[in-house]
Amino acid sequence: MGDVLDGYNQWLDGAWLTFRLTLLGGALALVLALVFGLAGTSRRAWVRGLNRVYVEFFRGNATLVLLFWFFYALPLIGLRFSTMFAAVLALGLNIGAYGAEVVRGSIKAVPRAQYEATVALNFTPYQRMRRVLLPQGFALMLPPFGNLIIELMKGTAIVSLVGLVDLTRVSKNIQGSTGQTVAAFTVVLVLYFVIAQVLQLAVRYAERRVDRMLGRRLPSEPSLGTIAAGAPGTGVSG
Amino acid sequence: MPPIDPAAGSPGGVGGRPPSENTDPAAEDAPKAPADAAGVSTEKGGAPEAALPRGEAPGIRFEKVVKRFGHNVVLRELDFSVAPGERVTLIGPSGSGKTTILRLLMTLEKLDDGLIWIGDETLWHMERGGKRVPAGQKHLHEMRKQVGMVFQQFNLFPNMNVLRNLTEGPVRVLGLSRDEAVERARGLLDMVGLADKENAHPTQLSGGQQQRVAIARALAMQPRVLLLDEVTSALDPELVVGVQDLLRDIARQSDITLLCVTHEMTFAKDISDRVLMFDQGQIVEEGPPEQIFGEPSEQRTRDFLQAVLAT
Repeated sequence: MGDVLDGYNQWLDGAWLTFRLTLLGGALALVLALVFGLAGTSRRAWVRGLNRVYVEFFRGNATLVLLFWFFYALPLIGLRFSTMFAAVLALGLNIGAYGAEVVRGSIKAVPRAQYEATVALNFTPYQRMRRVLLPQGFALMLPPFGNLIIELMKGTAIVSLVGLVDLTRVSKNIQGSTGQTVAAFTVVLVLYFVIAQVLQLAVRYAERRVDRMLGRRLPSEPSLGTIAAGAPGTGVSG
Repeated sequence: MPPIDPAAGSPGGVGGRPPSENTDPAAEDAPKAPADAAGVSTEKGGAPEAALPRGEAPGIRFEKVVKRFGHNVVLRELDFSVAPGERVTLIGPSGSGKTTILRLLMTLEKLDDGLIWIGDETLWHMERGGKRVPAGQKHLHEMRKQVGMVFQQFNLFPNMNVLRNLTEGPVRVLGLSRDEAVERARGLLDMVGLADKENAHPTQLSGGQQQRVAIARALAMQPRVLLLDEVTSALDPELVVGVQDLLRDIARQSDITLLCVTHEMTFAKDISDRVLMFDQGQIVEEGPPEQIFGEPSEQRTRDFLQAVLAT
């Protein structure tokens, strides 16, 4: 075990790369989810068509295959990305497709009466979305978004197959150099779990804020302590 | 970035108030006694009725209006008109098309056939090259400026506090400055008796209070035609009177054109100049409330009133 932990610099670097991939991939996924999810609520059939094409194509493909495609195939037809960029693209496009369905479904789930009130107040279609439907839909999006960001974080493990030294790669390297298979893979197990818990904490914090905005919770300041207490399994990480 | 307006629901309810607002901070923190609240309103020079919309009220005319839902014909070549400033109550059994009439006027339902006039313009059609063509978004937007609606279920925006519910439309749609909108909103809240609730969240209010906010929100847009769709049906019995009294006051103090769907016959009697009895998408009988409720000439009306009064 001691040998395994001696490589803590490697572990940290690996965890940092996994974390960065998660944040960048998540940011791209969020943008794509909003753009294509809102397209899916459009009255125009061709705009909804864009949503369908994007969602079906990128949801229907393995992230790993997308990554191989960006990393190995595209350079052969003249498009060369950095490995990092290809990885973020593959992860963001794939998870963004799931996210787009979340956004579309959440907007559709805002009560129709709310939409009617915006018409009665003569809001423009943009104002209806921006001021009422999206803020209320956002509350519905958060829990599934929480699932997706953790899904994305775990999915970053595939980048070890195109030469990036992420957590998974580091665990393989250390297992190879120390020969301590059980220890190396136990450490990586725990590290992924800890990162997932940090993400979960952030999502829960956002959920509480939005709940309070919608008056579903008494207006008391949520502290990180109370949230951590409610998050399953956080005690283990301490 | 989360598309949440940070000012819309910030904790402690400070969000809706612009920082430039020049009020005594001490007066805000202390809960106001009712007498206090009244005092504040007179200081601002705002007698309650000053908050009500002013200006020419248009009449309304339905011309052979047809509305279908699938194979179900809800309105069959309906003709009727409402004079400028007139208060008309629509009664009749459910499914008779009363609410559909209001929803057509608010453009919440599409017209299938016929014409609806508001003033001397058609709501669902516009002139192009001397021909009458279906209205575009822009035309509907212009026409909707004259119309306001209060819903059975209030439909306040839960992502905004009370003040924001009242200012959002005037600021975003009418282009008022934040200060003007806030001033107008406070005048209206004062009128509906909720001056101390401007920072409250809609979910913290009772049904009756929510409906009074919803009425104020509709009036904040200065409509010339106000549509009331069973506005007391969702309220607990003891809250109904407060909302009805408020609407009576509004009716008395403004010259707005009023269309009202209700099952409260006493209220209908008080508020309306004329009552229209509907059945199966047609007017069965119409007349002043004394006549319709006192000595209806149609059997269908008598049956309906008997059924309603029996409950």
